[in-house]
Amino acid sequence: MADEPSEWTEAWEEDSERSEWSETGAIQKANQVDDWLAINLDGTITVLSGKIDSGTGVQTALAQIVAEELDVPIERVQMVMGDTARTPDEGITAGSTTIRFGGFALRHASAAARRALLELASDRLDAAPDELLVRDGVISVSRRPAQTITYAELMGGKRFNRAITLQAPLKQPEDYRVVGKPIPRLDLPRKFTGAPSFVHDVRVPGMLHARVVRPPSAGAEPVSIDETSVRDVRVVRAGNFIGVVAEREEQAVRAAKQLKVEWRETVRWPEMDKFYNSIRRRATSDDIVRQEGKVESALRKAAVRVRARYRQPFQAHAAIGPSCAVADVQTDRAVIWCSTRGVYPLRDELADLLQMRPDQVRVIFVEGSGSYGHTGSEDAAADAAVLSQAVGRPVRVQWSREDEFAWEPFAPAMEMEVRGGLDKQGHVIALAYDVWTPSHIAGAQFLAGQLITGQPPQPPEWFGGGDRNAPTNYRIPNQRVRAHWLSGLLLRTSSMRSLGGAANTFANESFMDELAAATKSDPLEFRLGHLDDPRAIEVLKIAAQNANWGAALPPGEGRGIAFAQYENEEAYVATVAQVHVDTKSGEVRVKRIVVAHDCGLIINPDGLRNQIEGNVIQSTSRALKEQVTWANSHITSLDWDSYSILKFSETPDVEVVLINHPDQPATGAGEPATITTAPAIANAIFAATGARVREIPFTPQRVRATLT
Amino acid sequence: MAGELTITVNAKPHRVEATPDTPLLYVLRNELGLNGPQFGCGSESCGACTVLLGSKVVKSCKLPVSEATGGVITTLEGLSEDGELHPVQRAFIEEQAAQCGYCSNGMIMATAALLAKNPHPTDEQIREALDDNLCRCGAHLRILRAVRRAAELFDKERDPDGR
Repeated sequence: MADEPSEWTEAWEEDSERSEWSETGAIQKANQVDDWLAINLDGTITVLSGKIDSGTGVQTALAQIVAEELDVPIERVQMVMGDTARTPDEGITAGSTTIRFGGFALRHASAAARRALLELASDRLDAAPDELLVRDGVISVSRRPAQTITYAELMGGKRFNRAITLQAPLKQPEDYRVVGKPIPRLDLPRKFTGAPSFVHDVRVPGMLHARVVRPPSAGAEPVSIDETSVRDVRVVRAGNFIGVVAEREEQAVRAAKQLKVEWRETVRWPEMDKFYNSIRRRATSDDIVRQEGKVESALRKAAVRVRARYRQPFQAHAAIGPSCAVADVQTDRAVIWCSTRGVYPLRDELADLLQMRPDQVRVIFVEGSGSYGHTGSEDAAADAAVLSQAVGRPVRVQWSREDEFAWEPFAPAMEMEVRGGLDKQGHVIALAYDVWTPSHIAGAQFLAGQLITGQPPQPPEWFGGGDRNAPTNYRIPNQRVRAHWLSGLLLRTSSMRSLGGAANTFANESFMDELAAATKSDPLEFRLGHLDDPRAIEVLKIAAQNANWGAALPPGEGRGIAFAQYENEEAYVATVAQVHVDTKSGEVRVKRIVVAHDCGLIINPDGLRNQIEGNVIQSTSRALKEQVTWANSHITSLDWDSYSILKFSETPDVEVVLINHPDQPATGAGEPATITTAPAIANAIFAATGARVREIPFTPQRVRATLT
Repeated sequence: MAGELTITVNAKPHRVEATPDTPLLYVLRNELGLNGPQFGCGSESCGACTVLLGSKVVKSCKLPVSEATGGVITTLEGLSEDGELHPVQRAFIEEQAAQCGYCSNGMIMATAALLAKNPHPTDEQIREALDDNLCRCGAHLRILRAVRRAAELFDKERDPDGR
C-alpha cells in the first residue's frame, strides 16, 4: 500500500468537496439526468444510486423520493445501487447521510426528468405545460381527459440528454403522496423467500471457494508451511498472505483449519487490565474542539465541583454473516462483487493492489449482512481479488466466525474525563471535557495488502470521529472540550455506528446526571434548565411524558434520561430507560425504553421506526454486554459465547415517538438513537441503586462492584 | 473422495456429490443452489443456517449431510407452495420484521416449527423458541410481533369465519 494519502482516506475528509459530504457534490460530477435514472420501455424506472443499502432499508426511502418527484408508482421503481460501471460516484455511504445527500441528488434528478417529460408531452399533446396533469407516469390534458400519453411512450427507450440544473420545480411537502408514507420495504419479500439477496448468494460460472489462513496475531510471519498437511486445495502464498483455494467450499474450510503453518509472532500487547490504565500515558496529538469563556477560573469559583472518568471498550460490529466477496480477475479486467460502502474508492484501492488501472476494475455492490460501519467487507474483496488473480479463476471467499471476530476493524476504546462546576443556584458555570481516542476513521488498508507487503498498517493521516458529540448543546458559559488523539491503539480500529458519538454522549449525559445529583435536582428539570432550543426541549418533554417520568416504580427499579443532538446539529433524540437491578448478582435488566426522535421531515415513518428500534436494541446490547477481550496478545472474544449480544429473552420493550417537522430538512436517522441509550441505562441504574457505573459494558460483575 | 448421497429437500429427492461428513449447509447452498440457509458461525450458535428436519429445527452448519439422508428437509424456499407464501412469511412481510434480513431465514424457520407444535404460544414461549437465533440489527420486537401475527393468520386459515 502506498504511503501517500490514498483515495480512500481522502474520501473521508469531511471538509473536502467529496460527494458524500455535500448535497450537490455528486450532481456536479454526474450532472445528467441519464446518470441517475432511465425510463424503460415497459414503464419501469431504473434508478442508479451511488449509495448502498447496508441493511437499513434505505433503498426503499430513496425509491420513494423518486416515485414522489417523478409521479410514478413505487412498484415500478427499480433500484440499482453501487456499481462502478453504472452508477454515479457518491463516495462512501456513511454518517447517516444517504437520505440527506443521496436523496437530494435523486430528488433533483427526478424533478428535472419530470420537467423534461412535461415539455415533450406539451409538444406531443399540443397543450401548454400548465394544462398538463401527471398521475402514475401518465400525462393527460386537464380539459381533454381522454387524451393521455405515458412516460414510456414519450421516451421510447431513449435517453434524456439533459442536465440537472437544480432549477426544476420540486413538489411541496403538503402535496406528498409517497414520501412520508410507511411504504413496505422493496427487498424483504426476496429475503423472506430465499431469493438471491446477499453477496453470499453470488455465484459465478467456474467459481472456486477459498479461505485465508490467518496468522494467530497481528504482524506474525509464517516461518514454514507444510503443504502436505492438506489435500484437495491449492495453497496460495504471497508474502505473509496465505490462502487455500478449492473446488468445494467444505474442502477450503477444512484445509484452512488443517494447514500446518509455523508462525513467528512479534506483537506483545499489555494485558487488558493494564492496558486501560495506560491509555492516558500514551503520546497524543491534541485538539481544542470547543473553547468558550474561562474554564479554570470558573471551576475555581464554583460552589460545587464534580469530576468523573468514563470508559468505552473496544467493540465489534459483529455482523451475523461473516464478510464475503466474489472476484473474477483476468489479465486485463476484473469484476468484484462485495458489500463495500463505497464502490468507487474501493475500485481504486483494488486496482492498486492488483496492479491494474482503475478503469479495468469493476466493483459491484451486493447487500451484505447488516454491518453498521467499516467491517471486513473490503478486506474480503481484497482477499477474493488476490486469490482470483493467483489462480486465474473466479473465487468466492467467506470469512469464518473466528476470523470475523479477530480481524474486523473494531470500534476503538476511549476514555473520557469531565470536570464541572456549579454555582449556588445549581447552574453549570464551567465544564472541562477531555477525551482520549484514536481516529475512528481508517482507510481500507486491506489486510491482504498488509500481509503481502509485510508492512504494518499505516497510522491514519487524519484524526476524526472521536470528538463527535464531545461538545454538548447545553448552555454553559465557560467550557472547554479537548480531544487527545492517539495514533493507533493496540487493535485494528475504524468506524462503527455513531463513531465517538456513543462514548462521548455516555460521558456527557452520565455527567449531567452526576451534576444534577450533586445539586439534588431532578435530572429532567436540570437538563431543561440548561437548554434554549425548542426542539431539544420538546424531545425531552415528550420522552419523559411517554415514560411516566416521576411516577413511582417497584423497589430495585429506576428510570434514567439522556438527551443529545447528533453531531450537535443533526437529529434530536431523548431516551428514557427503565431498568431493574438485581443487587445480589449485579444483573441489569432493561425493561422498557422510550425514545422521542426529531429528524426533521420524515420520509418513511415505518422505516424510520425500524431504524430507531434497531439503534435502541443494538446500543442496549453494546451497553450491557459487549467488549472485545484478549489475553497473551491474542483476541479471545472469538465466538457468540465470548462476544455475546442481546437475545430475545433480554430484549426490552421499546416505544418510539416520532416528531415530524415537514418544514425542516430530513436529517439522518441511522445513528442518533444509538448515542443516548448507554447513559440513559447508567442513569437508571443510579436511580435504582444509587450506584454509578462509569465503564461500558455494565456487566453483572462491574455493577456488583459499584454497589459495594 | 466425494460419494453420491440422496437427500430429500423441499419434497424432492436429490442425488448429491459429497463426502458424508460435509456439513448439510454446504450441500444445500452449493449443490442445490439454495439461498435461504446462510452461514453465520459454523458452531450452531446463531441460527442463520436453520432448516427443518422433519418437524425439528436443526442448524445445518455442523450437521453432517449423512445424518440428514433419512429425513425430510425443508428450507425457507420450501415453505411457500405453488408461489403462495406461507403464513409465517406473510406475517413477516406484514410486520416488516427485519432490517438487513440475514437472520430472517432462521427466524422464519424457527417460527414455523414453533407454531406447528404450539399454535398459541405465550410471549415467553416465543422468546424462548427464538433465543438461539441472533439478530444484530435489533429487529427483535418486529420479529416478536410477526410471530404473533403468524399465529393469527394460521387461526384464520384453520377457521376462516372465526367461529
